[in-house]
This record gives sequence, structure tokens and C-alpha cells, in this order.
Amino acid sequence: MGAAQSEGRAQMYQDLADKTGFSTEQIRNLHSRFQYLTQDEDTLRREHLENLTNLALNPIKRQIIEAFFDKRNLGQNEKGCLQEIGFEEFVTVLSVFRPPKPRTAEDKNKTIKEEKLRFLFNMHDTDNDGVITLDEYRRVVEELLSSYGTIEAETAKAISDAAMLEVASVTVGRMGPDEFYEGITFEQFMQILKDIEIETKMNVHFWNLDTRTMHCGK
Amino acid sequence: MKNAAKSGFNVYHKITVWVPESCLLISLGFIVGGVMHAVRKEPPAVVSSNVFFLYMLPPIILDSGYFMPTRPFFENMGTVMWFAVVGALWNIMGVGISLFAICQIEAFGVQDINLEENLLFATILSAVEPVAVLSVFEDISINEQLYIVMFGECLFNDAVTVVLYNLFNHVAMMEVDEPAVILSDIGGFFVVGLGGIFFGLLFGFLTALTTRFTGKVREIEPLVIFMFSYMAYLIAELFALSSIMAILTCTLSMKYYVEENVSQRSCTTIRHVIKMAGSVSETLMFFFLGVVTITMDHEWNWGYILFTLFFTLFWRFLGVLVLTLIINPFRKIPFNFQDQFGLAYGGLRGALSFALAFTLPNSIAHKKLFITDTIAVIIFTVFIQGITIRPLLKLMNIRKTNWNLETINVEIHKRLMEHTVAGIEDLCGQWSHYRWKDMFVKFNNRFIRKILIRDNRPESSIVSLYKKLELRNAMEILDTMSGDISAAPSLMSLHEERKNTSKPKFLTSDVANMHELLSKNMYKIRQRTVSYTNRHSLPNNNIAKEILMRRHTTLRRSLRSGTFNATNSTRSQKFFSLPGGQSLNSGFPAGRFQHTDLVDTESETAYPSNRPTFRHQQRSSSKAVIPLRPLNNLREDNEPNEEMHYRTSHPKLKFRHSGHQTSRRYYGTSRSCSDADYEEQQSRLPPHGWTEDPQNNVQHPLMRKPH
Repeated sequence: MGAAQSEGRAQMYQDLADKTGFSTEQIRNLHSRFQYLTQDEDTLRREHLENLTNLALNPIKRQIIEAFFDKRNLGQNEKGCLQEIGFEEFVTVLSVFRPPKPRTAEDKNKTIKEEKLRFLFNMHDTDNDGVITLDEYRRVVEELLSSYGTIEAETAKAISDAAMLEVASVTVGRMGPDEFYEGITFEQFMQILKDIEIETKMNVHFWNLDTRTMHCGK
Repeated sequence: MKNAAKSGFNVYHKITVWVPESCLLISLGFIVGGVMHAVRKEPPAVVSSNVFFLYMLPPIILDSGYFMPTRPFFENMGTVMWFAVVGALWNIMGVGISLFAICQIEAFGVQDINLEENLLFATILSAVEPVAVLSVFEDISINEQLYIVMFGECLFNDAVTVVLYNLFNHVAMMEVDEPAVILSDIGGFFVVGLGGIFFGLLFGFLTALTTRFTGKVREIEPLVIFMFSYMAYLIAELFALSSIMAILTCTLSMKYYVEENVSQRSCTTIRHVIKMAGSVSETLMFFFLGVVTITMDHEWNWGYILFTLFFTLFWRFLGVLVLTLIINPFRKIPFNFQDQFGLAYGGLRGALSFALAFTLPNSIAHKKLFITDTIAVIIFTVFIQGITIRPLLKLMNIRKTNWNLETINVEIHKRLMEHTVAGIEDLCGQWSHYRWKDMFVKFNNRFIRKILIRDNRPESSIVSLYKKLELRNAMEILDTMSGDISAAPSLMSLHEERKNTSKPKFLTSDVANMHELLSKNMYKIRQRTVSYTNRHSLPNNNIAKEILMRRHTTLRRSLRSGTFNATNSTRSQKFFSLPGGQSLNSGFPAGRFQHTDLVDTESETAYPSNRPTFRHQQRSSSKAVIPLRPLNNLREDNEPNEEMHYRTSHPKLKFRHSGHQTSRRYYGTSRSCSDADYEEQQSRLPPHGWTEDPQNNVQHPLMRKPH
């Protein structure tokens, strides 16, 4: 049983590795991490992630957790959320954070960048309508600022208003007197954030070592 | 004379784009040296060891350390230290040993230079000088990592060099080489370095703590900073520790806290003085280099010198290649080949090398040879590498970073990104520097800030950026307001014809209130982000001060004319929402102002719900006039429903409603004006603005006459 299982597993790892671009050792490590998180169950649910102490201090913890269950991040063109995910989905979501190889072609870089920006976009756009409205943006800003103690709601509001207007001016320019700005679409999102070199910054180094022995605490 | 020369240089900016300033300075030194030589005069012996190390070096280091962008530095600290320390050692060993090998060859006739002297010489040559290279880097907007690694490496490399210089000097002078002594010297190297760091931190802490209490005696703040930094240098020197490390660490650690505690004026003073002192020192050194080159008796040895040149280049390139190879896997953004080339080719030698060579003890037989050689290397690198590096880098298409990303969206998303990555890393059970950063920030907020900062309110960088942008908006308003006076008379008629308005009446008490408010608010807001700067210019931090200066004039003018021109604003970068034409929320409690003697976050509440203002595209061919209500035009938007607010404000995106342009809510002063004024002004504005002019006149929003 052991041999067959490990062979089947190796095959699964290989498939996943091909699909997501990780190496097989990284997949193996992620699998052990997955099992650790789910306490050896088969699927991951929100409660499992909520219990991580380190994550608790993160101001946008909720969005991050949601991102794992968001169907849009799982490469499917559907909308909505899942209640639980398996290892494959887990790895798919994490593959967004893979650092690009040093010599990737220009267009590949663009797709990677788009993937990452899409991830962020989905974090904002919680109602899945493809646009970030003022409310959604505001919520994110509030959460971001919440770690700094007492920030007036007004401030967050003002800042998100400013940001929205910024986007509007840059992307749409002048608008007619009766038009109003619905929200930020993905193209506009990409346009305003095109300079922050996201493909180099939004990466996680997935070590090839067993990470379980390296972390402290949960 | 040097000053005249320097101002001359600044005029010929075009030249300095292609030819680094160091080149020009050295050339000038040549000229003067030539003159002196012709007149058979000896150059004044200004540079003795003491003078250099005690008076000229500290300002240079202080300058570099103070203007080092701390955030990128800490993110790349590992790489920087790696290149600085290990790189320096590699270079020294490599060059020293190869030169020693060369010395063995009889043909060159320098057999009497022993190993220690060679190593000493190699140490002198390893001191890399960042000035010229960094200005080129900045000019071509090179990617941030390379910039910071270059900067940091040069800086810490100086520290390593000086320590090793002293070490080898000591060793070279000794007759007997006992291994035990050598080993203890190596151990001493670490002690010296770490000791320097310790003293630096200590003094940094002391300085920050002192500035906490200087609230009542603002004038001495700059003095405190300089004194403590210099003391850090001296005391470390006293204990035979690395004084450069001490002053560097002191500067790096104290800057953040000091800039929060100190008044705006002091902040500016400090920056200007440091910049000036550093520049003067540097200039003097290069100039002196030029003079000495001409006037000194040189000992020239073709073989030795040529090989020196060759080896320095060779080992630097090799060093960078090998070191990058080792450290790239640990970096999030690995260095590609162009980066490495830039790093290697940018290794110019400069003032420090020269000074170290010049102050060699006379007991070294070939001192003159060393000096000549050093000068040769410096001139080669500064002139040839310095001039060619710019075209080469451009040719190689090196990776660039857009450094002008100061928009709210970018800042928000940077934060978002960092938190996301930190979250994912936590999820995967990995540590990264985000985790350290987070931990440090928490520690900072909980303990250190409480001790060191006077009015402690931790603030998000998003909020501070937002305020900075508002401040800039405000400044531009004032800026343009000041330009309208000459237009006033002719436009008055136009204005009157358009509406029967009366000028805003400002009661004197209102004006006084406004002044007070403005000053308090402006003083409080500090721009924390110091931009990368080149050697001879300071980051543009004058905004707050200028606003204060300008508001005096503009307030007076606005009282008189009450109008100003509106034109297009195509600073599309700033867009802050503009509420529709609702009347000012008179319900806004005037009492809020009292809070203004505060700190940054609280000052936010002083602005009526801080709604950002929007600058829109105003087009008016006929210079339509907009009634100036700069200071009381705060339309409060107290719409409970955000959608509505958004919608109504939106059309303003396009238009130019008369009063809107001036609604810089920034000036919380409006509240002080009577409501009656507002209502009146409100009704004045015709809802339809000017006709839109299709010509896109890229000009400042509120038209500046003289331009």
C-alpha cells in the first residue's frame, strides 16, 4: 500500500508541478503544509486558516483567506466561492505568488504580472461584478489602515475617494456632465498599477526545503 | 574661488550631464596646479592625516548616510553588507596579492615592496566612491535595487577600507610578523566594526531622545544633531573603533525619529547644512587632488601602474560576478547581467583613496609611487569610466524603476501587496523579511516611538502620503493665486459682467484665524519620504515652508482682488474628489479647529472630513475669472449617501465650476468665516461654468500670468 500510494502521489505531484510551475519538492512541501493546516483532513476550510496566529495580526486577513476560496482565483471562469478546497486548488492559488524565473520572456512576464494584478483585483472586488466600486475600495482601505490604531472613518473615506478619482482621471479623463464613474475595471486597474513592478515584488520564495521544520509557532 | 567655480558648474548643467562633476573639479585643480607650478609655488599642505580624518571625512560620511533612503536600504541590507564587506576583502586580497606577484618580476624594479605594503596599497585602492556614479544612476532612473546596493556598498566599503587601512598600516610598520598578532588583528577587525556600530546606535538613540525635549528650544536642534553625530565619530575614534561605522549607524538610526521631533525649519536647516558640508569637503578633496597631481614630484613606474589599473578593474569585475552568483538565490529580485556590469563598472575611486594615499606614513619607501599610482587610478576611473558609464548603461538597456510613483493608488496597493505576501508567507509557514519588518514596526510603535518621539501617533504611510499630496495641492493653489494680481484689473470687468458679485469679505479676525490655522497645520505636516538626491541638490522639502511664505502674499492679494484666473489644470496626477455644489456644511463644528496644535493624524480632523479636492480641467480661452475663495471654500459634503456624493462630484471631473477650483479643503480656515459669506458666495456661482475649450493648454490650473 505504501509503495502504490507513494507512486500515485508522485504522479500527482508531477501533474501539479507541470500545471502550476512549481518543482516537485516544492509541491511536496506544500502538501505537508496543507496537511498540517487541515490537520490531515482532505479539504481545507476557512476555519482552518482562521486559526493561524500569525495571520491573525494581518490587517487584510479576511481578504487573504477569502482569496483561497474564490473561484476566480482557481482558474475557473466562474464566480462565487467554494466552501472548501482541496490541495490542488490550494497550490493553484499559491502559484500566483511564484517568482518569475530570471530570464522570462517579455510577454510571459506580462501574463505573470496580469495574474498577480488579477489576484489583487479579486481581493477588492468582493461582489464579483468585475468592477471595484467605491464601497469596496473603501473597505479595503479601512482594513489596511486599521492596524494603525484609531483612524477616523472619514480619513479612510477621503483617501479612498481620492484614490478613485485618481484612477478616474488617469484612465477616463474627461467625462460628460451626466456620466458617473461606476468603478474601476480590471483594465484600468492594470493601467494605474503598471509601474509598480509587481512581478518582482509580489512573490513568495518557496523554498525547496521542508518548511515545516523552519517555522516557529503556527 | 571654489565656490565661484561650483556655481559656474551649476550653470553649465548640460556639461555635467555628460561629464561628472568630479571630472570638472579635478580639471579645475589641474589648472590651478598648473598655475602654481608655473609660479613655482608649493601647494599648501592642507591635507595632513589629522585634518583629513577629523575634519574632512566626517561631513562626507554624514552627508551620504543622512540621505540614504532607509527603506530600500533595510530591505537590501544583506546584499549591501555582503558586497561591502566581502567585496572589499576580495578586492583587497586579489589586488594586493597580484601586485605582490608583479613585484617579484625583476623587470619592474619594485621588488622591495613587500606583501604588507602591497596589501596596504590595495586597501587604499578599494575605496569606492559613489558620487559620480549615483548621479548618473539617478539621471537614467536606474532600478532601485542597483541604486541602493551601489550606494550602500560604497558607504560601508569606506568603513571597511579605513579599518583595514589602519590595520595594515600598523602591520606594515611592524618589523616582525607574528601570526598571533595577525590573527588578533583579524579579530580586531570585527570588534572594531561592531564596536563602531554599537556607538553609532548609542548616539543615535541619544540624539533622538534629546530632540524629544527640544520643543522649547528649536534653535539648537540642528546643533544637537551635528554635535552628537560628530561626537559619535570622535568617541569611536578615541576607542580605536570604526568611526565611520559609528557615524553611519548614528545617522541611519536617528534620522527617522529626529525628523519627527524636530521643527520644519530645523529639518530644512539640518539637511542643507549637511549637504553643504559634505559637498564642500568632497570638492576640496577633488580640487586638491588636481593641484597635487601637477605640483608634486611623481615617481612613475610604468609596469606597476599599468598593472594596478588592470588588476583593479579585473578583480572588481570578477568580484562582482562571483558575489552576485552567490547572493542571487537569496534575493527576491536577482541581479541580471546588466546590473552586474553597472555595479562593477561603476566602481570609481575618488577622494577617500587619494586622502588615504596622501596620508601614508613617510616610513613607507615607495610612498610617492603609491600616491602617483593612486592618482593615476582615480583619474582613469573618474574620467574614463565616469564619462562612459552613462552611454554604456543606456546602451545596455538596464532595468529601470519609475521613481515618481507618488500616487495614492500605488501606495495603497504597495501596502496591500506587502500584507498579502506576508499573509501568504505566514500561511505557508515561511519567514521572510516582511515578517521581520512587521515585527520591527510593531516593536517600534510600542516601545521606541514612545520613548523617542514627542507627540507619538503612529501613522500609516498611506495617510502620510495622502497628506503630502494635499500639501502639494495646497502649494500649487497658492502658487497660482499669487500670479493673478496683474490680471485682476482687466478681468474685474469680465468678472463683474458675469456675475454681480461682491468680493469676499474677510474679517480681520477671520484672517488672523486663517493665518494661525495654516501655520499650525503646515508646520505639522512633514514629508517623511526623502527623495533620492544627487550630490548637489536637496530633496524638495521646501513645500511647507513655501506655503507659509506664499500665503502671506496671497492672502493679502486675495483680500484685495478676490478673483483669480482659472485655467486648465492638467496635472492629472492630482485628483481629489470634488464635491458638488453643496453649500458648506455650516453644521461643521467650528470647535474642531482647536485641535490644530497637534499631530499629524489629528490634523486630519481639522479639515472638514478631509475630502480631497479636485483639480479639474479648466479651459477658458478668455481667461475667465473665478472668484477666489481659497480659504473659505470648503464645501462640505455631508451627503450620507456615498453614491450620491460620488456621482455629483464626478461631473466635476470634467468641469470647471467656478468655485470648485478653489475648494481646497485643505484650508480648514473656512470655518472661521461666517456662514453668511458662504451662502452668498454659493449663490454667486452660476452652475454652468465656462464653455469648454477644446484646446488642451497644458498649464497650471490657475493661470499664472507671467508664464
